[in-house]
Amino acid sequence: MGRSYDVKELQKWEARIFEKVQEFGLDCYPQEFEICDHVQMLSMMTYHGMPSHYPHWSFGKSFERTKTYYDHGLQGIPYEMVINSNPSIAGLMRDNSLCLQILTMAHVYGHNDFFKNNFTFRHTQADLVVARFKSHADRIRGYVEDPSIGQDAVERIIDAAHALSFQCHRNQAIKRLDRSEQIDRAITKNEEEEKQRKATQTKTKEETPDLFKIPLEPDANILLFIRDHNARLAEWEKDVLTIVHEEALYFQPQMETKIINEGWACYWHREIMNSLDLPTDIHMEFLVRHNQVVRPIPGDLNPYNIGLALWDRIEELEVGRARDHNEDKQQLDTREALFEIREVDRDSSFIRRFMDRETMEKLDLFEAAPEHQDWVISKISDDENWKAIRNLLVNSVGLTSIPFIQITDCNAHGSQTLQMRHEFDGRELEANYAEKTLEHIYTLWGRKVVLETTMNNNKTRYSFDNSGLSISADLIDSMYPAFDYP
Amino acid sequence: MGAIFRPYSPSDSLQSDRSSGDRQRHREKLRKALKENIADVISEQSIIGRGADSIVKVPIRGIKEFRFVFGQNTPKVAQGDGNSEPGQKVGKIQQDRKPGDGEAGNMPGEDYYETEVSLEELVEIMFEDLELPDLESKPLRAIEAEYTHKRSGTKRVGIRAHLDRKKTAKNRIKRKFAKEKVEKDHLAKEAALQSEKKASERFPFDQRDFRYHRHKPDIRYESNAVVICIMDTSGSMNVMKKYLARCFFFLLYQFVRLKYQQTELVFIAHDTQAKEVSEDDFFHRGESGGTMISSGYQKALDIIHDRFDPSLWNVYAFHCSDGDNFQEDIPKTLALTKELCAACNLFGYGEIKPTGGVSWGTPMLKHFDDISEKNFTTLGISSKSDIWPKFKAFLSRDRQKAESSINVFDPTS
Repeated sequence: MGRSYDVKELQKWEARIFEKVQEFGLDCYPQEFEICDHVQMLSMMTYHGMPSHYPHWSFGKSFERTKTYYDHGLQGIPYEMVINSNPSIAGLMRDNSLCLQILTMAHVYGHNDFFKNNFTFRHTQADLVVARFKSHADRIRGYVEDPSIGQDAVERIIDAAHALSFQCHRNQAIKRLDRSEQIDRAITKNEEEEKQRKATQTKTKEETPDLFKIPLEPDANILLFIRDHNARLAEWEKDVLTIVHEEALYFQPQMETKIINEGWACYWHREIMNSLDLPTDIHMEFLVRHNQVVRPIPGDLNPYNIGLALWDRIEELEVGRARDHNEDKQQLDTREALFEIREVDRDSSFIRRFMDRETMEKLDLFEAAPEHQDWVISKISDDENWKAIRNLLVNSVGLTSIPFIQITDCNAHGSQTLQMRHEFDGRELEANYAEKTLEHIYTLWGRKVVLETTMNNNKTRYSFDNSGLSISADLIDSMYPAFDYP
Repeated sequence: MGAIFRPYSPSDSLQSDRSSGDRQRHREKLRKALKENIADVISEQSIIGRGADSIVKVPIRGIKEFRFVFGQNTPKVAQGDGNSEPGQKVGKIQQDRKPGDGEAGNMPGEDYYETEVSLEELVEIMFEDLELPDLESKPLRAIEAEYTHKRSGTKRVGIRAHLDRKKTAKNRIKRKFAKEKVEKDHLAKEAALQSEKKASERFPFDQRDFRYHRHKPDIRYESNAVVICIMDTSGSMNVMKKYLARCFFFLLYQFVRLKYQQTELVFIAHDTQAKEVSEDDFFHRGESGGTMISSGYQKALDIIHDRFDPSLWNVYAFHCSDGDNFQEDIPKTLALTKELCAACNLFGYGEIKPTGGVSWGTPMLKHFDDISEKNFTTLGISSKSDIWPKFKAFLSRDRQKAESSINVFDPTS
């Protein structure tokens, strides 16, 4: 602290960092840095770092909340804000110390490399992303200003679309079959079953697949399904759904790689900072800041902490021993192994593959269950339980923390009721939120919508139509058990 | 190849307040949510008796963004400080906050969060909720305070003192030019000869040039109001009853204050005798003694006659009591009520009977039923939740009066 600096100074340091980035073999998009003040930083955060973004009140809410937290000192502003685009854009807060700026720049290059190379980001079209968001913003503003549409109507659709934006396919790398391919697959499957039946001479009843059913295979892209199958939506409404869906798809990889990505950036900023021959005062401050960022947060999960611990563990296993990052030089072949992992893994696979008992103990991961008003530790990472805890962790990162709901049928040739199924994995939906979200789906679909889920170990059907919400008898029975009259 | 640096520019930072539109919209939505919950908010103790510019925290049913999420009944993974053991408590489950009254927790799924609004804004929202557009016109008597004149255009006839010299001079010049032009066209030949002569010739004002200021009467209305709060402070008025009364007075005051330029408050406390007291004494003074409602009314009438002439002031009077009046005082009270009605825009009597309370004597409400004055209202308040609906009813009485007074001038009726 205390050192004053100017943009020239930052450029000098950036040049040295970039030299190291190349030396280490990181593969980055061109980088741009914007020097901003804290209000601009808050704005950047509110709009996910996008230079332009469509307007919606929820961003105002988010801004107010972050600003309140910041003003009351409940929450600092993150040191870095970087977006996945080509060229990558990052913000540097002008009030930060020189050390923090250097640290942030090094950290940003770590993210930049990850954005460019990790498989989950392949579909995000980083070259065009800023222009695409601009176009989205212009289109939505156009609808808001259109006197025949107006703000209220646009908001109604965006509100509903936001509620469903992350209800989409979980892995964009898996190709979706189109309808004719799905039909082929259904026919092939049916033929194979037929053969099987003949071969084994079982006398089960022959079942022909209903090839007119829509969707043929369950569909998790709720917004797109509604866009394509609700004929009564106006073109602009369809466009709004597309826009919200596309933005969700763009941000999906970042949700899927929070831990691995932050860990990666922390790993490399440490590597770069240690190789820069920093002046002592800056180096000391770096050590303090670095430890603040990667420290565990008891009672919570710090992705920086967990991510870095995992990358260190991977390196340790490659090298055969833990490395003192201040002293030892990194070895080239380990680097190659690390690069491969950063390309092919996301949080869930990263944790499943590399989180071992030692690391879990070191991180002191535990399972906590709700008991009355408190969280109470139910399992700790010991011989017996560590795998269970790891699996629970795998299930609570990225999109697995969002309930997976698929459209199973839309009764296109009859009532046009939209049937959905929540793929129950032991975790129940929050009932009130589910009800309200269902109402949003009804807003978009315009006819009855039905959601099947499991509550209190009972199959439960929530349905919403023009007379409002109704819940099937199953659940009501379990809530109000019938009396046995003698 | 180095990175591009975009240096900071403060002008950017002013322009880049790009969330302002979205914040505004969010604020509007909050306001709407607040409006829907206004009855809850008003019965909250904290807003009563605070300055207009103070900020109050108001619990509102929030504008949540709903999505499909998992319930809180499932276990989670977290980190410890290095020595976690099964059975340790590691933090509270976050729950949505709910307002007041200790009955929180039994209504799942109703989410509240607090927002900060200024009392001014709150009051505004409260009266938006009343939806009484024509309230201002009739029942509020505007008093002619100043009669002056204002210039408004010109006219061709008038007295000398009102002469608009500039316009008049302009008109003369215009006429002169027009005349010269006409002469030039028709008498082109002689023009050269005559021009010399003409330049020296006088061109006097004509009657047609004169313009006079037109005057319009300019009347300024002064609207003053006085709210007379009369409260029974006899032994039977306990803290709860006084609190309810206070809520009601607060609303009335805020309402009147909103509609008039200047609003005065008068507090009259009475048991068997009435006294004008300060606001603080009014609400906090101990209670004792019996009840003679007529004493309070007499005092109110005296004050009106001394200081607030009904032809100059809009008088709103309201009386809160638990209705336990001495039997022999009743005829006098009824007579004074009629007198007060004549002097006031609106006179109300609120009988406060918290449920479960024991009452003695005969409630005044019954006796007041006989009074047929249109601007007299009685209402019974038994709990906090009653206050807003009753207040609305009280004011809509005012509105009915307004409508009826409009009808009088309607030629078709």
